[in-house]
Amino acid sequence: MKQENALFDDVLKAGPEAFLESWLSEATQSGDSAPITKTAPQDARELMDSLQDAVRAGADLTRFEGEAWSRTRSVLAELSRSRAAQGASAGETSYFVLAIKKPLFAGLRKLLDGSPQHAFDAVWAASTLVDRMAQWTATTYQRSREDVILRQQQELLELSTPVVKLWEGVLAVPMIGTLDSSRTQLVMESLLTRIVETGSELAIIDITGVPTVDTLVAQHLLKTVTAIRLMGADCIISGIRPQIAQTIVQLGIDLQGIITKATLADALSLALKKGGWAVSRHAR
Amino acid sequence: MDRIPILKMGRCLLVTIQVDLLDQTALALQDDLSERIATTAAQGVLIDISALEIVDSFVGRILGSISGIAAVMGATLVVVGMQPAVAITLVELGLSLAGVRTALDVERGMSLLQADERSRGGD
Repeated sequence: MKQENALFDDVLKAGPEAFLESWLSEATQSGDSAPITKTAPQDARELMDSLQDAVRAGADLTRFEGEAWSRTRSVLAELSRSRAAQGASAGETSYFVLAIKKPLFAGLRKLLDGSPQHAFDAVWAASTLVDRMAQWTATTYQRSREDVILRQQQELLELSTPVVKLWEGVLAVPMIGTLDSSRTQLVMESLLTRIVETGSELAIIDITGVPTVDTLVAQHLLKTVTAIRLMGADCIISGIRPQIAQTIVQLGIDLQGIITKATLADALSLALKKGGWAVSRHAR
Repeated sequence: MDRIPILKMGRCLLVTIQVDLLDQTALALQDDLSERIATTAAQGVLIDISALEIVDSFVGRILGSISGIAAVMGATLVVVGMQPAVAITLVELGLSLAGVRTALDVERGMSLLQADERSRGGD
């Protein structure tokens, strides 16, 4: 193992500029790769440095997950994160790493010209190491994309159930999309918190945007209303479309005395009356 | 063991729970309240739980039974200040505390009890 380390070090020492140039030209050669980004030469140099350090420190070439390679791993992780942010594909990003094989193999061949068996072993070690590096790069790339998706999902979830103040002491929650247990939890938490913050005694949950109401969805709604009542406020459900009304009756869903209205306007009208408000209209 | 203090305000009894409600404390409260309702001929009882962050099924049932006891003795119970997390927990536990009147805060709770008193014709 140490012999191979020394060999690699020799290759990297022999002509770093030429090494980098060969690497970068290979990286931009293949049709799959992105046009050379401004940071590519810098990235390559940093990666080469970290390789040299690891190799000199006696790192085990077959164990890329070892402690000695931690700097190289973090350089690669940073590379794949920045490439992902720039919009490069996973293939392009890992190809950048794989392209190091060209100058590496060329260097090894030059050094071991007379001994083919040695040459083969060294090339094999080099190839395996670079493959692991490319794998690591691709995995980190994948993970950072997944993080973005997860974050966007969370934002979407929060955006889709705003609690708005409709009137003095009246809050409204327009629900859009299917109502599952995680959304119910979110709605319950935000609605109940707002009820306490604003001291509102009435909440209107509008389900015009909920496509279907089955027994499960009804259960979620009932849970929310029970929690609201426990706290000392009350709830009206509005936006009951004809199909939903039919489904509710056909399934025999018991709404447990919750007042329901067809439109948000009707619900608001009732809320105002309950609050002692009277609305008058003047002749125009 | 701490006993929860019960204050008298007009024809109403006021209880504020500031400590974690252990089972014994809850049972003691039930006993003390029943006694006080009898001795003061109270018409309303207000229990403020705004400082409670955790309510388990035992406490939930105690609140339910205090409500029943008060009703049998001719008084109305109002529980005020339930925190959102507590409400969600009770719902998840399947405790809807049916028959227990609730209000958002002490102010609203008191006006509820006073309205009740008036509708009963008062003494």
